[in-house]
Amino acid sequence: MSDETQEIIGDYRYGFHDPENSTIRFDKGLSEQVVRDISELKDEPEWMTEIRVKAFRHFTERVMPEWGNCDLLNMIDFENITYFLRSSDQTEKSWDDVPDDIKNTFDRLGIPEAEQKWLGGVTAQYESEAVYHSIREDLEEQGVIFLDMDSGLKQYPELVKKYFGTVIPHSDNKFSALNTAVWSGGSFLYIPKGVSVEMPVQAYFRINAKNMGQFERTLIIADEGSTVHYVEGCTAPSYSTDSLHSAVVELIAMEGAKIRYSTVQNWSSNVYNLVTKRAVAHKNATVEWVDGNIGSKLTMKYPSVLLKGEGAHAEVISVAYAGKGQHQDTGAKVHHLASNTTSNILSKSISKDGGRSSYRGLLQVTPKSTGCRSKVVCDALILDGGSRSDTYPTMEIGNSTSDLEHEASVSKVSSDQLFYLMSRGFTEDEAMGLIVNGFFEPFTRELPMEYAVELNKLLELEMEGSIG
Amino acid sequence: MGERMVDEILRVENLHVSVEGTPILNGVNLIINRGEIHAVMGRNGAGKSTLANVVMGHPAYVITEGSIFYKGQPLEELEVFERARAGMFLSFQYPASIPGVQVGTFLKKSVASVRDEPPKGRAFRKELNAAMEQLSMDKSFLSRYVNDGFSGGEKKRLEILQMLLLQPHLALLDETDSGLDIDALRIVAQGINEVAVNSGCLIITHYQRLLDLVKPDFVHAMIDGVIVRTGGPELALRLEDKGYEWLDVAA
Repeated sequence: MSDETQEIIGDYRYGFHDPENSTIRFDKGLSEQVVRDISELKDEPEWMTEIRVKAFRHFTERVMPEWGNCDLLNMIDFENITYFLRSSDQTEKSWDDVPDDIKNTFDRLGIPEAEQKWLGGVTAQYESEAVYHSIREDLEEQGVIFLDMDSGLKQYPELVKKYFGTVIPHSDNKFSALNTAVWSGGSFLYIPKGVSVEMPVQAYFRINAKNMGQFERTLIIADEGSTVHYVEGCTAPSYSTDSLHSAVVELIAMEGAKIRYSTVQNWSSNVYNLVTKRAVAHKNATVEWVDGNIGSKLTMKYPSVLLKGEGAHAEVISVAYAGKGQHQDTGAKVHHLASNTTSNILSKSISKDGGRSSYRGLLQVTPKSTGCRSKVVCDALILDGGSRSDTYPTMEIGNSTSDLEHEASVSKVSSDQLFYLMSRGFTEDEAMGLIVNGFFEPFTRELPMEYAVELNKLLELEMEGSIG
Repeated sequence: MGERMVDEILRVENLHVSVEGTPILNGVNLIINRGEIHAVMGRNGAGKSTLANVVMGHPAYVITEGSIFYKGQPLEELEVFERARAGMFLSFQYPASIPGVQVGTFLKKSVASVRDEPPKGRAFRKELNAAMEQLSMDKSFLSRYVNDGFSGGEKKRLEILQMLLLQPHLALLDETDSGLDIDALRIVAQGINEVAVNSGCLIITHYQRLLDLVKPDFVHAMIDGVIVRTGGPELALRLEDKGYEWLDVAA
């Protein structure tokens, strides 16, 4: 292993990789032909091919965002990325049928074990497509549809056609255009009216190949009065060259429905993570984004909610950890488009070893949306001198009957806290770990227990050997 | 000679300490043996808290001259957490709050890192319950965040709870009595008396009232960073009654 690679891997425990065995692998680079080839390979209906091509043209014309970390963004070499890689010829329903090396990877990530213990369904995506997919029978019997997106398009083309791109049009931004052009995999989840899914369903995204582009597309529709908790995890090997993960996630919560979407993103520090996540909440619906960003080189992600129906509610709880060489540019956007809608945004970030975290938020209340309430809290913790934290909040309040609160704080770990904990037997690293876990606690307590434990361990590892 | 050495818990020799260049302690001498309770009294700013903090290893306090020995070992060799693991304990005058960290988790981890054979699972809970009962602490304490939003009295109780669980050989109690009502004071005193049987105890206080409940073997009066007079319990009564002026003159 070269020193450079060692440097990049550091303590990242998911940095291992399998041999790259692919059944189909496109040459690097992007063209209209690549887009058409992906669509043809997947045997898609004509309308989807057209959407892809249109999106591709928009992508080529659209300039890079001129905000955020432009230096890093402009370093992305779109010609040096593999846009499609199939590693298994089909999506299996039994782990025994998944190719051994891929199954081993998911074993090491603990997915089959978690599935047995506490999940209602699992999709495991490896490179461009799902290699495993399963849902509990009782959920299937209640009419819950949980498929990888490719299968969703094949089996429910009308449903997909009706909702695909309605929340995030391809022209929304450069990366939503890219995703729409080359999307592959992701989840398609439909919860019928009145059905409450008690156990979380999970999707796990794994990149294995070098210079890989993963462009999953997720669409979740919760019909009237239904409830679902969807959990997403992701990791990648540590390489000295970059990979790109650019997903689009669209959520639709019908009247009275509730969707909770939890993510713990733990990409290796060579991955660009540029994701568009947006939800529509209809009358009295609730959408909750629980969004954790621990890994990646650059993350730009601002989970959004359009509160379209009266009485709808949005909750965005996010944490970001920016370590060495990392920039977490994250935040939340909530649009109050109807009266008496409410929202809570809690954002917490930690910067360490020269890492940089930025909070970018938008809160909009349209003039006609009266009686809205919103609370935004942003807390940043900076652990050492060279690290950085910035806040870019935007508020557009169109009327005077709405009530908005905004609190922001930037703090450092106090020497009194460290001394207190050390006087109780904790080493300085352990003390830091406790303080950091405590700081993220409002987030971790919202996660399923297994994830919370894992996240705490992860953060403790990050604190190890951190203090000179 | 072995007998004597084992019983010596703390020895402070000609200790001079500065904070940000300002001298605070100007030659303190003190020996505490196992089973002894020492009280240090003095006005605000006399250097009492500095003494407790420098013994525990607070990084802001710089020893400019003199030495501290714990069980015969020079303390400069030990990091703060190593002092805790060796059996030293400081009950803070103003304990720091650690938001997001639950008291229960904190206590368990702290006991696990300090005690050689920490009790596990049920045994720990049993011990914890007994100690909390003794201090009249409600179980709801365990799910609150460490010192976060605690009243002064609650903070002091949590300090004493930690002392009971960590079973120190040297207990430094920095104004543990301040902010306590008389019932709480009685409960806290009981906790101190229990620990004091097998350890050396240094109690820093302004008031006689704790010393009515925890009988000191030695009382030291500190002025301007020096111990100017040492006596028995009667010295505390005299200081309470007459203040420190007569000592100023004597010094």
